[in-house]
Amino acid sequence: MKPRIATCSLAGCFGCHMSILDIDERILKLAELVDFDRSPINDFKHITTRCAVGIIEGGCCNEENVHVLHEFRENCDNLVSLGDCAISGGIPALRNNIPLEECLETAYLNNPGIYNPSGIVPNDEEIPMILKKVYPCHEVVKIDYYIPGCPPPADAIWDVLTALLEGRAPVIAYDSLKYD
Amino acid sequence: MKQALEKIVAEICDSFGNDRTRLMDITTAVQRRFGCVSDSAIDLIARAVKTHRVEIESLVTFYSFFSKEEQGKVVIRLCDDIVDWMKGYQQIADALVKELGISIGETTSDGEITLTRTPCIGMSDQAPAALVNDVAVTYLTPERAVKMVRELRKHLDPHQLVTVLGEGNNSNPLVHSMVRNNIRQKGAVLFADFESGTALKRTLNMTPESVIGEIKASKLRGRGGAGFPTGLKWEFASKTKADRRFIICNADEGEPGTFKDRVLLTERAEMLFEGMTIAGYAVGAELGILYLRGEYSYLFSYLNHVLETRKNSGLLGNSIMGKQGFNFDIRIQLGAGAYVCGEETALISSCEGKRGDPKNRPPFPPQEGYMGCPTVVNNVESFCCASRIMIEGAKWFSAMGSPRTAGTKALSISGDCRRPGVYEVPFGTKASDLLELCEAENPGAMLIGGPCRQMIGPNRFGGIICYDDLATGGSIIVFNKARNKLEIAEHYLDFFIEESCGYCTPCRVGLVLLKKYVRKVVSGAGEPQDLDKMLKLSNMIVSTSRCGLGQAAPNPVLGALNNFRELYESMVSERKHGLQPDFDLTSAVVDSELFVGRRSLYV
Amino acid sequence: MTKNKQTLTITIDGKKIAVEEGITILKAAEKAGIYIPHLCAYKDLIPHGSCRVCSVRVNGRIQASCVQTVSEGMVIESDTAELLEYRRMIVDMLFVEGNHFCMFCEKSGHCELQAMAYRFGITAPQFPYLNPNRDIDLSHPDVFLDHNRCILCGRCVRTSQELDHKNVFQFVNRGHKKRLEVNAKGLAETDLNVTDSVVNACPVGALMKKRVGYEVPIGNRPFDHASIGSEIEKTEGERK
Repeated sequence: MKPRIATCSLAGCFGCHMSILDIDERILKLAELVDFDRSPINDFKHITTRCAVGIIEGGCCNEENVHVLHEFRENCDNLVSLGDCAISGGIPALRNNIPLEECLETAYLNNPGIYNPSGIVPNDEEIPMILKKVYPCHEVVKIDYYIPGCPPPADAIWDVLTALLEGRAPVIAYDSLKYD
Repeated sequence: MKQALEKIVAEICDSFGNDRTRLMDITTAVQRRFGCVSDSAIDLIARAVKTHRVEIESLVTFYSFFSKEEQGKVVIRLCDDIVDWMKGYQQIADALVKELGISIGETTSDGEITLTRTPCIGMSDQAPAALVNDVAVTYLTPERAVKMVRELRKHLDPHQLVTVLGEGNNSNPLVHSMVRNNIRQKGAVLFADFESGTALKRTLNMTPESVIGEIKASKLRGRGGAGFPTGLKWEFASKTKADRRFIICNADEGEPGTFKDRVLLTERAEMLFEGMTIAGYAVGAELGILYLRGEYSYLFSYLNHVLETRKNSGLLGNSIMGKQGFNFDIRIQLGAGAYVCGEETALISSCEGKRGDPKNRPPFPPQEGYMGCPTVVNNVESFCCASRIMIEGAKWFSAMGSPRTAGTKALSISGDCRRPGVYEVPFGTKASDLLELCEAENPGAMLIGGPCRQMIGPNRFGGIICYDDLATGGSIIVFNKARNKLEIAEHYLDFFIEESCGYCTPCRVGLVLLKKYVRKVVSGAGEPQDLDKMLKLSNMIVSTSRCGLGQAAPNPVLGALNNFRELYESMVSERKHGLQPDFDLTSAVVDSELFVGRRSLYV
Repeated sequence: MTKNKQTLTITIDGKKIAVEEGITILKAAEKAGIYIPHLCAYKDLIPHGSCRVCSVRVNGRIQASCVQTVSEGMVIESDTAELLEYRRMIVDMLFVEGNHFCMFCEKSGHCELQAMAYRFGITAPQFPYLNPNRDIDLSHPDVFLDHNRCILCGRCVRTSQELDHKNVFQFVNRGHKKRLEVNAKGLAETDLNVTDSVVNACPVGALMKKRVGYEVPIGNRPFDHASIGSEIEKTEGERK
């Protein structure tokens, strides 16, 4: 059986997933090497079988993100934070030194251009509770490897993934180690 | 009002010659007069001393006794050192908060009383204590605290709080303080009788070189704690080519749990000033500065009076004791609440009218110190010793003490003991003997040398007080077996975070991060590897920090890790499932729940 | 006026080098083609010794090489596992102390803090983010000051004083509350001019010219392909 990979995007923009696809023709080789478990690529809702590698995009901003992270940690041998948001919270973390109340009021009530005559902040039971700040994933669960970048260069993703699949310690080359 | 400010600030600046190097004095005077150093005052001072406003702002925001916002007419600074906590800080704080109707850090709405906290004010033997403006109030109880506030509301005059006077010079009208000396044991050096002029007389019959030789032969080492040979320091300063040299006495006794210099300043001011004068003669200095910590400003008038008297008797000033060409004067520089100023180069910065940032070393002060000139910085006790050595001789002095540390040491002992106070003991005295002397109660640990040094457990009570074993600048705090050593370590870490000057990265940021690890472990969320991280981070801060503060700040944590590791180990455990134990979903969604008015379905 | 300077011999990482007296270890190393990472040291400004990135072992004791001057026979260790680890910790500390959002920072690719992290191969800081609440001063027409990115290295303070002969910046407060302040209510009210040397002195994106961000395309920026310090090390290679 081929090793399995799971991916997810939490408080991210899917740019990191785009960068996964940006490995170009190597994606065919990847398909030979691995099977994809839970991932936006196949739309599996939960991990089905234990995975060799779990890849997390985005920071942890609400309670659903926390549950996803727990599921990944529980079911993946290696967990990789992919991209600046997973590593530092990224752009969503700009709210981290602003009180939550002020953030929500600005977003739904007070910002110029908002049309919200009944003054309702979305509050359906289906909507997960937002956390008091956006956490880097490694402050919620233990993370084994990090690939920084916004988005990370495809080469960095390829190098780390292949190293992990081959049981080598991943190293990101200078030209592929970027925070922007 | 604005005109009044302009006029008064101008007068204050003028009274210090509009001298930029006297900014500490100028700022202190403005703070006292207006209860703050406002933006307008900053502009006025900057103009008067011809510097940039941001330079004044930099100074004002550095020292905790200065503030840009207006404080009450009376400022109550409650001492929050660990000893005060042990003696009931919390109950007193609660009583004050309730009586004043404000939180700590606030001012009453009528603008009359400010309540705030301050680290050790040098009254651990009479804790809990507080400074009310410059009046020290000791042996507080919740009842006395409430009574104090009610009286203050009537007259707003802290001096009227003093009804029972302390012994010795504490009852001198110029001191007029309730502070007690609590001298429990007098030794042969510091607490022997002293007649002004005797040491100086013998000194002036010798050449400066032979005075230095005598001090070197006595094997006197710096009493501040670092133990640098005093004679050698004087020699370096005397041999550095310069037009001017300076003598500075470090009376910024800020190490928590130390108060022996306060007692020496109260009872042995003559001995101290004579020691400074001897140093002035030996190294060729014409000016000495006593850097007196702001907490001891209640001694200012008295000490100034002693200086005046000495001047009038020819022991200070020009041609001292008739010695042609030997001119030496002493001025007092008041500090303003900054522990780091106890570091000699920071102290020099402060004397120069700057932030108390330590300087780069080398050059060391004997090469390049105050105003860039060779400067001797010694502790109060060291100068007192020098006076006694010049009377009794080097041999007499070096015969006392342990094989490698000569003389006696003044110790400040406090904490869980029946007889807290000052003890002058010979070097070489065992820690266990000290416990007996002070009648320690069920001792489980001793903090020797304050938080910048080390905490020892019973397995090291056989150690001796000296520079090679249990080194101390004077602070000894006794903890009984029931005290939580990890909480003590955390308390002192907070102290260092508060007192760091913020100049270098390891101390400024590293201590805040170290505190996070300690909190994590103490709160029960720690894992075994966190202890290794704490150790690694501590060592890094010790190794790479720029001055003694940062190099010592992790010591409370390192001490607890090294001497009481089992305590930390009992608090950590490996977590399953790879979850971060300090992430708590329940508390992470509380704000959200409050905002939307419903509970999470998932936590 | 010019007195002949003596030549001294010192050892850095086992390599004996001849240096002139009076210079700092950092400069001596640089002249010998050895790069000691540093952030607060800048041009010929009076050394600050605050970032501590340039810490080396001098005769067994850790010292800041930007401050310490050379002396005969000095034995210096720089490239050791211990020091590399300490330097990495310092860089991590500076990252978590402020709010560094490289993904939208105009300085990215030119930033010395970022470049240092690249050189050390840092993929994520080992410490928790402190997420401080800091201001941005946009008052000046041509220059902005973003305190979120400030690492308190004092290069602006010293450049303004020593090269521009002004006094636009200074530090206020102490400890972890220490921050940069300007000599007025805002930058616009100071005598800062966009042509002042200080505008180019900031190693990070805290003090920057307005309207020139992102001018250099990704791939052509100074640290995109060459690591910080490599120009010094390359010189040495050419000598060989």
